Amino acid sequence: MPRLSIEEVEHVAWLARLRLSEAEKQRLTGDLNTILAHFERLQQLDTTGVEGTSHAVPMSNRYRDDEPRPSLPREEFLREAPDARDAFFVVPRIVET
Amino acid sequence: MATLFAKVETVLGMEVHAELLTQSKMFCGCSTQFGAPPNSQCCPVCLGLPGSLPVPNRAAVEHVLRTALALNCRINWRSIFHRKNYFYPDLPKAYQISQYDVPIGVDGYLDVRLDGEVKRIRIRRVHLEEDTGKLFHIEAATSFVDYNRSGVPLMEVVSEPDIYSAEEARAYLRALRLVLVWIGASDGKMEQGSLRCEPNISIRPAGTTELGTKVELKNLNSFQSVYQGVAYEVERQTQALARGEELVQETRRWDEERLITAPMRTKEYAHDYRYFPEPDLVPLEFDAPWIERLRAGLPELPEARYARYVRDYGLSEYEASLLIERDQPQVSDFFDAALRAYGGDPKRVSNWMQSDFLRLFNAAGEDWPAVKVRPEHLAAMLKLQDKGQISGKIAKEVFEVMWTTGKPPEQIVQERGLQVIGTEEDLAPIIDQVLAQHPAVVESIRKGEEGKFNFLVGQVMRATRGKADPGLVNRMLRERIAG
Ligand SMILES: [Zn+2]
Repeated sequence: MPRLSIEEVEHVAWLARLRLSEAEKQRLTGDLNTILAHFERLQQLDTTGVEGTSHAVPMSNRYRDDEPRPSLPREEFLREAPDARDAFFVVPRIVET
Repeated sequence: MATLFAKVETVLGMEVHAELLTQSKMFCGCSTQFGAPPNSQCCPVCLGLPGSLPVPNRAAVEHVLRTALALNCRINWRSIFHRKNYFYPDLPKAYQISQYDVPIGVDGYLDVRLDGEVKRIRIRRVHLEEDTGKLFHIEAATSFVDYNRSGVPLMEVVSEPDIYSAEEARAYLRALRLVLVWIGASDGKMEQGSLRCEPNISIRPAGTTELGTKVELKNLNSFQSVYQGVAYEVERQTQALARGEELVQETRRWDEERLITAPMRTKEYAHDYRYFPEPDLVPLEFDAPWIERLRAGLPELPEARYARYVRDYGLSEYEASLLIERDQPQVSDFFDAALRAYGGDPKRVSNWMQSDFLRLFNAAGEDWPAVKVRPEHLAAMLKLQDKGQISGKIAKEVFEVMWTTGKPPEQIVQERGLQVIGTEEDLAPIIDQVLAQHPAVVESIRKGEEGKFNFLVGQVMRATRGKADPGLVNRMLRERIAG
């Protein structure tokens, strides 16, 4: 029983900026539905009184003190950028205001 | 048609973003200094390089906790970060670390003063996130990106739709800004963008309760533009409705030059952020000792101070505002300390604060660290005046010297010989001389021209450079004229 349509897979792929071939869309729709079906099975478990879990490790409150540390030299990371000019990263213009 | 919508109500909710006053960024040690050269404050964490891991800045978390407490919020004992996913080059990770369903503070309120009334505006949530980088659209096809601001701790304060006019929107923002500045969470610099305000505005026929179509407004960089932008938008929506047009839910940008709002082109699916718990960050857990320590460290807040000044000290709202509505709570701290040391009429201390203190303080560019005068010295000066040891005119001179030197008033009076000439013996020769110089005036006073008496008092004061005890001068002149 498919939960996810091919259109929904296309939408999710768009949100993640993934370009999928028709064959990939077919395959992923099947895979994702298998995963959903599996979770549906898990959901049959009675979890009354069990608190939701957001994190897998039993740990909280890890902080750092507010102390500045040296940053990276600009040349080191601008060199890795797809495009850079002067002191800036350069990106395609996306949205106008 | 126009009459159908003649009566409309404006309903606003406000989203305010404040960069928090920390030395380092939210999840890495890069500096938060404003105005540094582009991309000079970046590292693998705030550039979103693979393999880097964020670690939260405790000071930023505490700023949000303190803000939540100052805004009377309930603290969520356990709070978590979420990822807000979107593709836009202002954030290099393709997601912003933010908070979603368990923000740090919820369900608070802020009391706002407007035209002598106190209005309570409910606060929906206070949460912590990271700021984005800055894009510069200089060329047609490309944008330039500076990631210095990427990862700077950012707090969002969201109000309930309890605001009903442009005036209220401005008053709310003023009051909120003052709280944030006083508790040290934000520098409140709207012009530098460290405090940003996005109202969402809708109108509805008066008397109805359903909210109308919401329009979000951006690019409001001052109190004035908040006021003007909201007022413009209310008018635009009212007229559109009157013409029978349908309003669309959209984001509009305030154009400061043309004084209009214009729609911003926004991305399709922009609101499909697919939030999920940030796996790289463990939950924040607060306990009573931590919260109570922060609460105890909060200063008295502006509204509490207002209430005290107006109710307990009998100051007018305007007088109270001159002391309180300042980025430096030290001004009203000074007033309180001087009043404590003086122990007399609060109005008298307030008058000195308003006329002399604030005149000099404002003239010196409101530079608090440069203030030399001490509250105890103002109190001592007032006592000297009360005891008749210096005159009102001399007090003004003493205050100016206290302001520039920080010396106590007794020392200034001593060094400059400013004590009142308070004995008949000292005053007699001066008074006799004045009378001798103005026989005609004396004569006309004897004939009933009472108005000329003050002229003689003035002459004596002038001769003593204001140091004579006015009561004594009056009595001695009277005695001699009656003679
Ligand atoms: Zn960094």
